[in-house]
Amino acid sequence: MTAKLSLRGVRKRFGDHEVCKGIDLDVADGEMVCLIGASGSGKSTLLRCMNLLEPIDDGTIWLDGTDISEPGLDPQPVRQQIGIVFQSYNLFPHMTAAENVMLAPRRVYGRSRDVLRPQVERLFSRFGLGDRMDHYPDQLSGGQQQRVAIIRALAMEPQIMLFDEITSALDPELVGEVLDVLRDLRGQGMTMVLATHEMGFARELADKVCFLDAGRILEQGPPDELFSAPREARTKAFLSRVL
Amino acid sequence: MDDASLPDGASGRTVAAPTRREVYEAEVRRRSNRIALISTASVVLAIVFLVPLAPGWEAVQRSFFNGRVFAATFPGLLNAFLLNVMIFAWSAPLIAVTGLAIALCRDTRAPALFPLRLFGIAYTDIFRGLPVVLVIYIIGFGVPGLGLPRPWNSPYIWGTLALVLVYSAYVAEVIRSGIDSIHQSQRSAAASLGLSERDTMRFVVLPQAIRNVVPANMNLFIALQKDVALLSFIGPVEVFRQAGVYKSLYANFTPYVGAALIFLVLTIPATRYADYLMNKQNRART
Repeated sequence: MTAKLSLRGVRKRFGDHEVCKGIDLDVADGEMVCLIGASGSGKSTLLRCMNLLEPIDDGTIWLDGTDISEPGLDPQPVRQQIGIVFQSYNLFPHMTAAENVMLAPRRVYGRSRDVLRPQVERLFSRFGLGDRMDHYPDQLSGGQQQRVAIIRALAMEPQIMLFDEITSALDPELVGEVLDVLRDLRGQGMTMVLATHEMGFARELADKVCFLDAGRILEQGPPDELFSAPREARTKAFLSRVL
Repeated sequence: MDDASLPDGASGRTVAAPTRREVYEAEVRRRSNRIALISTASVVLAIVFLVPLAPGWEAVQRSFFNGRVFAATFPGLLNAFLLNVMIFAWSAPLIAVTGLAIALCRDTRAPALFPLRLFGIAYTDIFRGLPVVLVIYIIGFGVPGLGLPRPWNSPYIWGTLALVLVYSAYVAEVIRSGIDSIHQSQRSAAASLGLSERDTMRFVVLPQAIRNVVPANMNLFIALQKDVALLSFIGPVEVFRQAGVYKSLYANFTPYVGAALIFLVLTIPATRYADYLMNKQNRART
């Protein structure tokens, strides 16, 4: 089986600090992969490299068998295929929730508001935000904002979704509503890569869990294996701290 | 057993009596107000009684605060001020548009547009580095000196151009600072949705940047309203020039005070409003 997304020997440095030190990773179609590890282990940077928000220094990234890490390649078409949701939502504060969602499809795919509005309405009601479409981000709770950010990424109809610790900035009682959205997407067969601290969630839903440590994938495997019988001492130490 | 001996919670009172802290704070407030009032009153009284004791007061009063001259010249000054308003009214939109264009020039990244960027830098450096009045002189006297036919020798055109050149340089810098103030994560979010850099600037960055710099730009436009008076040096008889004419006519300086009053009536509320917007924005950020 060929992977939907493949990383081989991916390296990324910021100044003197190498954040990714040769990452190999395969994500199959419809698979959900969770990246776990301490803060600063390179999870976020790896996600940002996958949709070319950060150019990689070395290695190759393949999307459906096409090398997307070629220097000088136009990143825009790739980003339409690979959506990302950030920890801090990053909604556009001067636009309503619906306008946030419709901006990119309007400008990039040239669709009109009239065509988009019913589709966007369906997405909003599917994620329990039917009555929040015309609110501005600062009128929404953190959990609602994060769900709008997910809808905004989905509206581009990507083939892969990346989630960068999307529940880390939320109050504990709001985490559940955002995880429900991920569960829903998982049910729809969306290919997903998550950087997350929600171990219970990773254990419940992931096909594969990767433990990152100091810029390397130290260990990876099905969640049952990795959580109950980790092979590496560092993985054990990390899991004993967070579980 | 009477009510007073009961602890607070058990006395069953419904109207909330002021707490100890509230009583204390009210007392402090009353005292500060009293002190402020006494202090202000003594300063005002001192000015009212002491200034007229100065030896030159009668002469100053006659030549600067002459009621008869004021009444005779004020309507004419107001009329001349209309010209200031008109020059302002057509300069301001030109300045806003030019300023935005220059700011965008300075922000271009494409190598092919490097000359534009260079132009933007040179423009803002030069016109922020010159006194307004000097630019008005050089352009206002220099260009018509080319012997252009009417109406192209009009001081209104070239004076306006001078104001636009200088003020758009400042507006450009203010807008650029607004663009820089937009957090990188907003650009990341836009890029991650596949928006082009151009669309990111137009739909995501600029609308936020311009909103953020409205108060700063208002202050610039208040300064512009005052600097319109500088055009009088190259010809137009606006309120400052008109006051000068009246001064010579009546051999009295009161028209200048009248002109000053007209400016203040406009600029003080505008400045207050700009401050109010600025405070509101600062509060929203914290």
